[in-house]
Amino acid sequence: MADNKNLIVEGKLADNERMKAQSKHLRGTITTDLADDVTGGFTADNFQLIRFHGMYQQDDRDIRAERAKQKLEPLHNVMLRARLPGGVITPEQWLVIDKFAEEKTMYGSIRLTTRQTFQFHGVLKPNVKPMHQLLNSTGIDSIATAGDVNRNVLCTSNPVESELHKQAWNWAAKISEHLLPKTNAYAEIWLDGEKVESTQEQEPILGDNYLPRKFKTTVVIPPHNDVDVHANDLNFVAIAENDKLVGFNVLVGGGLAMTHGDMTTFPRKADNFGFVSLDKTLDVAAAVVSTQRDWGNRTNRKNAKTKYTLERVGVDTFKKEVEKRASMTFAESRPFKLTSRGDRFGWVKGIDGKHHLTLFIENGRILDFANKSLKKGCAEIAKVHQGDFRLTANQNLIVAGVPEDQKALIEAIATQHGLLEANTSKQRQDSMACVSLPTCPLAMAEAERYLPSAVDQLESILSKHGLAHESIIYRITGCPNGCGRAMLAEIGLVGKGPNKYNLHIGGNREGTRIPKMYKENIVDTEIMQIIDELIGRWSKERLQNEAFGDFVIRAGIVAPVVNSAEDFYA
Amino acid sequence: MLILIISLAIFFLMTKNNSNSPITPLDQAQLSRLSQAVSGLSKDQLIWASGFVAGVAAGANNQQQSQALTSTEQATLTILYGSQTGNAKHEATSFGEKLKTKGLAPKVISMSDYKPRKLKDETHLIIFVSTHGEGDAPDDAVELHEFVHSKKAPKLGNLKYAVVGLGDTSYEFFCQTAKDFDASLQKLGATSLAGRLDCDVDYADTISKWAEQMTASLVSDLTANAASNAETSAQNTSMPINTISNLYTKQNPLRANLGACLKITGRDSVKDIRHIEIMLEDSGLKYQVGDALGIYFKNDPEIVERILRVTQTKAEEEVSVKNEVMTLSQALTNKLELTLSYPGFVKAYQNASHDTALHELLVDKKALRKFLEERQIVDIIEQYPNVISAQTLVDALRPISPRLYSIASSQNEVEDEVHLTVAHVDYQAFGSRHQGGASGFLSTRLQEGEEVEIFIESNDNFRLPSDTNTPVIMIGPGTGIAPFRAFMQERDVTEATGKNWLFFGNPHFTQDFLYQVEWQAYLKSGLLNKISLAFSRDQAEKIYVQDKLLEQGEEVFEWLEQGAHLYICGDAMRMAKDVEQALLSIIQKYGNKDEKAAKQYLLEMRKAKRYQKDVY
Repeated sequence: MADNKNLIVEGKLADNERMKAQSKHLRGTITTDLADDVTGGFTADNFQLIRFHGMYQQDDRDIRAERAKQKLEPLHNVMLRARLPGGVITPEQWLVIDKFAEEKTMYGSIRLTTRQTFQFHGVLKPNVKPMHQLLNSTGIDSIATAGDVNRNVLCTSNPVESELHKQAWNWAAKISEHLLPKTNAYAEIWLDGEKVESTQEQEPILGDNYLPRKFKTTVVIPPHNDVDVHANDLNFVAIAENDKLVGFNVLVGGGLAMTHGDMTTFPRKADNFGFVSLDKTLDVAAAVVSTQRDWGNRTNRKNAKTKYTLERVGVDTFKKEVEKRASMTFAESRPFKLTSRGDRFGWVKGIDGKHHLTLFIENGRILDFANKSLKKGCAEIAKVHQGDFRLTANQNLIVAGVPEDQKALIEAIATQHGLLEANTSKQRQDSMACVSLPTCPLAMAEAERYLPSAVDQLESILSKHGLAHESIIYRITGCPNGCGRAMLAEIGLVGKGPNKYNLHIGGNREGTRIPKMYKENIVDTEIMQIIDELIGRWSKERLQNEAFGDFVIRAGIVAPVVNSAEDFYA
Repeated sequence: MLILIISLAIFFLMTKNNSNSPITPLDQAQLSRLSQAVSGLSKDQLIWASGFVAGVAAGANNQQQSQALTSTEQATLTILYGSQTGNAKHEATSFGEKLKTKGLAPKVISMSDYKPRKLKDETHLIIFVSTHGEGDAPDDAVELHEFVHSKKAPKLGNLKYAVVGLGDTSYEFFCQTAKDFDASLQKLGATSLAGRLDCDVDYADTISKWAEQMTASLVSDLTANAASNAETSAQNTSMPINTISNLYTKQNPLRANLGACLKITGRDSVKDIRHIEIMLEDSGLKYQVGDALGIYFKNDPEIVERILRVTQTKAEEEVSVKNEVMTLSQALTNKLELTLSYPGFVKAYQNASHDTALHELLVDKKALRKFLEERQIVDIIEQYPNVISAQTLVDALRPISPRLYSIASSQNEVEDEVHLTVAHVDYQAFGSRHQGGASGFLSTRLQEGEEVEIFIESNDNFRLPSDTNTPVIMIGPGTGIAPFRAFMQERDVTEATGKNWLFFGNPHFTQDFLYQVEWQAYLKSGLLNKISLAFSRDQAEKIYVQDKLLEQGEEVFEWLEQGAHLYICGDAMRMAKDVEQALLSIIQKYGNKDEKAAKQYLLEMRKAKRYQKDVY
């Protein structure tokens, strides 16, 4: 049995620990702040606490300096991230969120995110409580989609093998519910729910002080790796026998976040603990969470995620503890293979005879642009659609479960609103960016707003070298926290400052290799120059069908990252 | 006096057990108590104590002296931080803690909570500041960073300072903000305590070494300072109190420079409201809170040009205005009213031109009033073009009248400045741009640093209560907020203890919350006890200050019963009337009075100068 004493980092606790401990199970003084009409923001601890309720306080950073001169506070507003396990949403729900985005948000958009959910950006304080009540009325909440808790649980968007997807999705929802905070705070604050004394509540899994850091969970259906398992703390790899789900291989300790200039932080791949059958799945999920809860480093938030706990205590020690807590033993991992991460665009027919239309949404931004009314188009589809929508981890949208006789109608609506642009290139589909400026408070460089032109440039480089038919997993993230998952790209840009990025290369297409830093702190023109040279070499020296990320490793342009704790910075 | 005290201290130090007491003003018992009090102190402590005693002596000599005078001369130790990610804040705070363990009393404060003009009162200043982006100052440092660069920055000959920069050498503009502060402070005459420390990402060691040295140097400097400060205070006792009377009048205005004209409504606001700062420098101009500022303005040259064109007069033609000879262009630009129109002009213009259409208009008084309400002089001339002589035109026009604005600052706070809150009147009508006379001049034509003629219009009917314990209720929607900004500055500086309650309204919270960050700071500091906001267009039904007043009726009445003074500033036509109506119903309801008694209550308040209005 492991000796707890050596497994816990002693020392002065991070200030967030005080905040969580004093929060009365996530209540804080949020209601007082809601009534304060002198500021559009939340104060001190509540600024952090609203994250546990699925919201971030943000402001329009483009005009921050301007407003300071105007003697006005920053244009504070709230970003809401919904909880949507597996990214499934009904047409009725869609119409509700469409209307809210239109009427009550500053940007009038629905943002699909890499966490397989939607976000509202730019909600002013007076609209925050009505927003939660509206969502609640349609069966959506935003509990624990941010903060030091288990966040929205992802699930591979795979409507083709529909029976298996349904089973896997059910597990994503079950795991999400199982790991949710049990406090009544959300209902009390936002839904005028009955008041409960926080001292009478218990948090058996998350603990009264919640987790040391954010925690991300997925359910993945091989061979698709759209959820990017290595970006997540806990992954359940679906294992089926005769199309029936029998259990999961459990992958623990992935994560991409790091801090510039701090070499004790690094992206890390998840370790395979082995196979668990369905009857023990929830117990294992709870055991991984509670082990990380007890052993995670609460003195240093930059070292608090599960990946660092694994590095510190050792994978075996951690795994044994999980087995002990879940009263089980992991069986040998079942064979599985992850081969791709992208979505399959256009129509596919599922084994149940229903049709599924995957729409490419650049940057996941659903908005009525001058040349294409994407938001209106989605709403029009929702009005007639009889199935449901699936949000993908690649920020795209699937119109799922369309009967034969509705196919033509939905296609017509999609075409009419620019949702089915025939010329969306493979390269554009393989590109991704996080939200970044102007709303994200952590952003250091542009990402979403830079991506369209960055893809244009990459495409012209590919054409120039006769590789127009090829594509590269290409991702831009505005800061090293890495929502854009650039640390699992073949070419990844990580924001450092206005038009300054670190350039990483050498990930692979299936998302099982972390790319290495090739050049630090460079501007867009230099980035494109380097990419041009490297693609030039790739076009001449590549083996047949060799992907760009594999080529730069084989050619020795960068060394592969094998064990990131040791070689990411080497 | 000081020399005596110091020698006393030295005497104790050197001749502890000497029974041959020197001749002192103290009796044996006093001497023995003093001796007891200082026994066991180290040399440094004794030197400090001697300064302390000297300070006490200076104070005893000088009870009448203004607080401000002595406090500005005392040594200060302030640690300012400008932090984007919290590192600079963290370092500043820990350094402050370290100094406290050495017996110093540093004030650690965010640059965003710091009033830049306090700089000139500082003697010891330590700055921790990060740099982000392309050498940009962190958000909370922007204002101070601009201030020390600006022309408004004071001389800082008495200041000793140190700057610690936090940055990342992989960026091109490494520690740029720290470098900027260092250079600016030096330029303003301040003395560096040690070379600037530029920290790279892994700064823990460098900064702790620096902290050791800096602590030692501050300890020795500040303990020595206690003595020399006492000296300065003692010298100051003989300084006369400055009592320059007002030399400037409406007839003899001061030519002052525009310091700043800032739009303080958001980019999506339907209003364009300006915060204006005019520099008084050493003019000696004095004002009190509640006063108004008179502004002379110049008419828009483009409007003058259009009038010349239509009337076919010449810019250079000589005319006489009140016996003063000048060119027509000068008269139209500087001397004559072109913005406000009035029946007298239409009459004179019609007389000179015999315009028949104008004649018809003059007969219908009601139509004429409506016509004039919508038009400026140039609109009338362009709608009814007539050729008239230059002198006839001049004679038809009224002399320009200066515009009065409620002053938005307290001189105790801003010293050689006067601030205004001006709504820039600016709209399209009859196919051209129309601006307010003074507001257009201040907002679009007068450049910073250029001259404007001003004078003080004293207003004894809008004064803070003389008893600083008296509560104050201020109702000032829109630009009516101006005098209340002055009130709060005054009550802040004078450390008035009376409660303060502000009612403010405007169309939108995000765009039109005038001086929002200042009110937030006053709430935080506790100076402002309550604020009630009415943003009329943020919800389906319109909400105004009078609605907020009614909503808070019970407490408003409580305050009135406690003797609160109540002030209204702003629109006279509707707001002031609606507010008064609301007050009457509050007094009826919570004071259990009929309508007549409520009116009497308000009348008594007015007689006692507890109900004052500055409405327009």
